[in-house]
Amino acid sequence: MVDAAAHTTIDFAKASRTALADQQLRGNFRRAMDGLMSKRAVQFADSREWHAMRALGASVRLRALSKLPELLEKLEENCTRNGIRVHWASTTAEANAIVLSIMQRVDTRLVVKGKSMVSEEMHLNAFLEEHGIEILESDLGEYIVQLDEATPSHIIMPAIHMNTKQIAHLFRQKIKDAEYTEDVARLTDLARRVLRAKFAAAEVGVSGVNAAVAETGTLCLVENEGNGRMCTTVPPVHIAVMGLEKVVERLEDVPPVISLLTRSATGQPITTYVNMITSPRKDGERDGPREVHLVILDNGRSNVYADAELRDTLRCIRCGACMNHCPVYTKVGGHAYEAPYPGPIGKILVPQIEGLDRRGEMPHACTMCNACVEICPVKIPIVGIMGRLRAEAVHPSSAVKDAGARASRTEALVWKGWAAANASPLAYRIASGLAARLGNMAPSSLPLLKDWTNVRTKPRFAGRTLHEMAREKGIADV
Amino acid sequence: MSDARTSILTRLRASRDAHPVTVPPSDFGVLAGMRWSPEERLDRLRTMMEAVHTEFLDATEADWPAVVRDFLRAEGVKTLLHGTPIAAALAAAWTPGAPERIAYDQPVEGFKERLFTGIDAGITTTLGGIAHTGSLILWPTPEEPRLMSLVPPVHVALLRADRLYDTFWQAMTENRWSQGMPTNALLVSGPSKTADIEQTLAYGVHGPKRLIVVVVRV
Ligand code: SF4
Repeated sequence: MVDAAAHTTIDFAKASRTALADQQLRGNFRRAMDGLMSKRAVQFADSREWHAMRALGASVRLRALSKLPELLEKLEENCTRNGIRVHWASTTAEANAIVLSIMQRVDTRLVVKGKSMVSEEMHLNAFLEEHGIEILESDLGEYIVQLDEATPSHIIMPAIHMNTKQIAHLFRQKIKDAEYTEDVARLTDLARRVLRAKFAAAEVGVSGVNAAVAETGTLCLVENEGNGRMCTTVPPVHIAVMGLEKVVERLEDVPPVISLLTRSATGQPITTYVNMITSPRKDGERDGPREVHLVILDNGRSNVYADAELRDTLRCIRCGACMNHCPVYTKVGGHAYEAPYPGPIGKILVPQIEGLDRRGEMPHACTMCNACVEICPVKIPIVGIMGRLRAEAVHPSSAVKDAGARASRTEALVWKGWAAANASPLAYRIASGLAARLGNMAPSSLPLLKDWTNVRTKPRFAGRTLHEMAREKGIADV
Repeated sequence: MSDARTSILTRLRASRDAHPVTVPPSDFGVLAGMRWSPEERLDRLRTMMEAVHTEFLDATEADWPAVVRDFLRAEGVKTLLHGTPIAAALAAAWTPGAPERIAYDQPVEGFKERLFTGIDAGITTTLGGIAHTGSLILWPTPEEPRLMSLVPPVHVALLRADRLYDTFWQAMTENRWSQGMPTNALLVSGPSKTADIEQTLAYGVHGPKRLIVVVVRV
């Protein structure tokens, strides 16, 4: 299913037009994003502290990237010493196979899962279901999305595209014996009832990782609901999946990363739980999983790492703040991107992972307003990378998967002509004179011009060029 | 999948060597500079935790078991799960009419059903608190297992007033956590909560619905 789709080009423009026409959706996003932005702003009201924390956070992430291979080895060594089994996967298919083989060995029927974007990237749920294993999302937002047979529209708030009424209808429809209620506390209680029984019954818990500490072999997870703790404590087996960039060097690197993460993501000083897991259940301990597995996934990240400029993409701590502040994301919402990671981080990460053939449009879904760069807690030059990917999309190179996929002969010719016209005063005069006199006759459907006139009115050319008008005014030397 | 391991690490090493990164030093001064006086620490912790629906009780070294007992009785709690470190102190203060005390003294496998359906509250000690974020530090042990602070609908946490740190960073560096992390270490900053339905806060989604911090003054 996933592989068949891998060769189709995703049409963001079309999906975004549909999203823009959906007033309900736009209202849901607008309200949510305004709330998240103002809460974050309160957290970082002290600009000196913000700059210092941000510099610290960026340096922690940069330092981790500067020693990435060594830190991953050290993480493996320390995890192994602690009793955590480490697995490596080059592709999502390999990662899925690893997860499945662990589950089959312990004869799993039911899995509970905490929020994990990497598992979305793996399409793990669909994969396991194909193999007859029931996997239940336990984060409330993810649970809602799963009931709705949809995908998350935000990396932190998966069900942000829905309002209470919509969720009330969904619960009424999909949960056995559920009454219709728009009371959020009662809806939450409904989900609690369903999921409690599942936590107790599941043989395996799956989670993501927010930061993995090389120095101690510790997996850190942040969450508010307690479902992450349930998934990593109650079932006899815990499988954590992480992208290979999630490692940090030292334990003391964790506090700044977590502080920046929770404050940027939801405007909370800290999440309700910071869960640090360093080993499976030891002799004499009364609970906790008997087995803990860590799956380290590459899926194109080592390719991202190979380019000195694009590498900065891997600094990301997945706070989602860039989404909340993006003028495009906040209008079209997460689903229009049809990608596991939407918004600014998605626009730079997904094309690099999936290739510019399929995802070449994503880096163009950007106004270059720089809002994401200004709030990114680890100072990723998102817009610079976006520009680079636009260039990569039209120039064959080995830096990015499917670079050059969007190269267009027409566009190349037009630019050649433009360069020639600007290189000679005579050619320039002729070209601009022609444009002034005949430009208005050009049909809107002309290639290239069409891309503009699709969504904007066609500009009207003045009858004379600027140079001609300036000369009339007596301005010399033009 | 050791093939994957070799190929990933080889690629990363080659790329890193081709384009080494110069890293600015990590200046932890911003965290080291966050300091409060002992009284301010408690006030701050309390204000922050109350803002997310944590409840507080004041007690002393001598009377905390009685404070806990009276509170639970008044709240109609029928069963209290506890570990061994405070079993004797609770037993000494217990009176008829107080909740039934249940010790978590066996592996969860034989106890799951009861833990998930038959227990109203769990009581644990803490390693201390953090003023900066309003958090409790928990290091579960064989004597005080992990699920005690998660599964029962009410979590009672004992916090000694002289064990307050300024920041998470200070707590871990001063106590050299990096030299030996436990199976599971936790920060807990309130009762379980969610805002996944239209950004509306709701408490007690999967973990405890109520968190009661008993501040034990010394
Ligand atoms: S790119 Fe920056 S702002 Fe966006 S999710 Fe990553 S860390 Fe957060």
